[in-house]
Amino acid sequence: MSTSAGITEPRGWFRRVLQANAWLVYAFFYLPIVLLVIYSFSDNRNVGVWGGATLDWYREFANDEPIKTALGNSLKIAAASTTVSVVLGTMAALALERYKFRGRGFFDALLYLPVIIPDVTMAVMMLLFFAEAAKILGFSRGFSTITLSHIAFSISFVSIVVRARLAGTDEKLEEAAMDLYASRWQAFRYVTLPTIMPGVLGGGLLALTLSLDDVVITQFVTGGGWNTLPVYVFGLIRKGVTPLINAVSVVMLVASTVLVGLSLLAQRIRGGEPV
Amino acid sequence: MTNPPPTDWTATSPPVDDAAIAVNLTGITKRFGDVTAVNDIDLQIADGEFFAMLGPSGCGKTTTLRMIAGLEFPTEGSLQIFGVEVGTQPPNKRPVNTVFQNYALFPHLTVRDNVSFGLRMQGTNKREAARRADELIELVQLSGMEKRKPAQLSGGQQQRVALARALVNEPQVLLLDEPLGALDLKLRQEMQTELKSLQRDLGVSFVFVTHDQEEALTMSDRIAVMHEGNLLQVGRAEDLYERPESRFVADFIGQTNLIDATVADADMIVLTNGTKVKAPNPHPAGTSVAMSLRPESIEIGRPGTVPTEYEPTSLPGVVKSVTYLGHALVYDVGVDWIDLEVRTENVPAEQRFTVGDDVAIWWDRHADWVVPNE
Repeated sequence: MSTSAGITEPRGWFRRVLQANAWLVYAFFYLPIVLLVIYSFSDNRNVGVWGGATLDWYREFANDEPIKTALGNSLKIAAASTTVSVVLGTMAALALERYKFRGRGFFDALLYLPVIIPDVTMAVMMLLFFAEAAKILGFSRGFSTITLSHIAFSISFVSIVVRARLAGTDEKLEEAAMDLYASRWQAFRYVTLPTIMPGVLGGGLLALTLSLDDVVITQFVTGGGWNTLPVYVFGLIRKGVTPLINAVSVVMLVASTVLVGLSLLAQRIRGGEPV
Repeated sequence: MTNPPPTDWTATSPPVDDAAIAVNLTGITKRFGDVTAVNDIDLQIADGEFFAMLGPSGCGKTTTLRMIAGLEFPTEGSLQIFGVEVGTQPPNKRPVNTVFQNYALFPHLTVRDNVSFGLRMQGTNKREAARRADELIELVQLSGMEKRKPAQLSGGQQQRVALARALVNEPQVLLLDEPLGALDLKLRQEMQTELKSLQRDLGVSFVFVTHDQEEALTMSDRIAVMHEGNLLQVGRAEDLYERPESRFVADFIGQTNLIDATVADADMIVLTNGTKVKAPNPHPAGTSVAMSLRPESIEIGRPGTVPTEYEPTSLPGVVKSVTYLGHALVYDVGVDWIDLEVRTENVPAEQRFTVGDDVAIWWDRHADWVVPNE
C-alpha cells in the first residue's frame, strides 16, 4: 500500500487517527467474542471470574437434555423455514424483476415491509393472526406457528438478495436459451438458476441465520413447550448467568462461521452444466 | 411507395421465386402499447441470401428480427418460414437461431457447453453433442478453447462462440442482431469477410441487423432500409445508392447533396431560386422533390468552361472551403442559396481551387436522381 501512496492517501497525524479508529472498531467488535470464548472454559460458576481452565461447561451442554431439545427444535425450524422461504423468495424475486404485471409496484413495496417493521410489531401481529386462525382451523401453537412466522420474515430477505443478483444478469440469456430450443422450464433450470445461484445461496444463508437467531417473534408465537435455542438461552439468563451460556454461544458461533465459510466456498465453485 | 414508379425507375430487385422464399412477412405490424414499432411491412427473404436490415436505432429493424426469431409476436400480419406459418410459435419451435447483440453467452458454461446447448436441449446425447460442438468450434477457429468460460475470451472470440452456438443447430435461417457492433474496427472488418464467406459456404440465409450502412453495403446481397417502423426500400446496394426511392434513403446511404426543387415536367425541375435544371423524373408537375447529387459525381471548373452538353445541368458557385484528404479533395461550393459538397481526385496544387474562387459546377444528366420530399 505505502509503495503506491497516491494523493488521496491520508498522511501525518490524520493518518494515525484513522488507524487508531480502525483498531478501536475492531476491538469493539471482537473483544466481547474473545471474552465469551475465554470464559466458556472458566472453572467458576460466575461469569467474569476466572477459575482455571475446564471443559465442564461443554460437558454440561452435551448432557443437558432441555438444551439439546431446544437445539434440535432450532435446527428443524431453521431447515424448514429456510427451504420454503428460499423457494418462495426466489419466485417472488423472479416475478418482480422479470415480469410486468398490474400492481407490481404495490407488491414490490409490500415485500419490503417485514424488513422495516420492528420485530415486536411483527410478533404481535403474528400472535393475533395465529390466535384468530386457531379459532377457525383449530391448531395449536408450536413448531408450525414458529416456522410460518420465520418464513414470513425470511421471504423478504431472500428475495432482496436474489433480486440484486437478477438485476445484474442479462435478461437476454433466457432469450438465448429459448432460441436454442430450451423450454421455459429448461431455460430457468439450466441458465437462470445457475446464474442466480450465488444469490439464492446467500439469501438462504441469511434466512437460516435469521431463523436461528430470532428470539422476539419466536417467543410470542411459541406454545406447547416449544423452545428454540436462543429463546431457551434467554430464559436461562433470567435465572442467572453461568459459563454454560458461554459454551452454548461458542458452539453457535463456530457453527455460523462454518456456514458462512461453506456459502462463500459454494459461491466460488458454482457452476453446473446441462444434465 | 404509394405510387409505384414506372419500370425503369423501380429500384426494387425482381421478386424471388416462391419456392425459394426462406422468410416471408406479409402485413407485419408490431405495437407496444401506443407505440408502433413496426408498421405493416411486406418482406421476402430468399433462401441462401445474405440479407441486411439497415436503419437508425429505433427504426424497428431489431423488432422485426425478434419477430422472426419468435422473441416477439406480431400484433398483425403473417410470418412464414419456408412456407410454414410461425407467427405465434415460441422461439424453441422455430428452425432459426440467433446471434445476439453482445452475444448473450452463458457465463457459467464452458465454450463447449455453450456451443452444444442447443443440441442438448433437442435431446442429442452428451457425447454426440460434444463431438458436433467441437466441429463447429474448429470451424470458427477456436480449437483448444473448449474448456474456457466466456469471461476468459476476447470480444472477437466470444463473437465466434456465439456464431458456433447458433450454427451447430443447422438453422434454416441465421439471425444476427448487430453482431459486430462491439468489436473494434480492424476486427470488425475481418469478421465481415469471414461472415460473408461462411454464409457462402453454408448456403443458409443470414438476416443481419445493423445501423452501419457501410457494413450493410459491403456484406449483403440485398438490403432493407427501415425508418420509424416503416420499410422504405428493399434492394441491392447499387439500387439503394444509385436509385433511392425516398429522401431518407438517399440521405442515409452514403454522402449526398439534397437540393429542394419542384417538378416542372417529366424532364425538368425548378430549384428553389428559380433555376431550371434538366432532370428526368416520374412525378407529376408541381410535386415537391429533392434532387440527390453525390459529391463524387459533380464536376468543378472555372466559370465559362462548362461543356455545352452539360449546360442544362450546371450551376455557378463560389468555393467556400477546401478539405485535403490526400487521395481526394472536398470543396464546399456555395451556390446562391445552398452549399454543395464536391469531391474530386487530388490534382497538383496549382490546379486546385482556393477559397473565394468563382467556379462552375456541372454533372452528368444521369448522375442526378429525383426523390419525392413526402
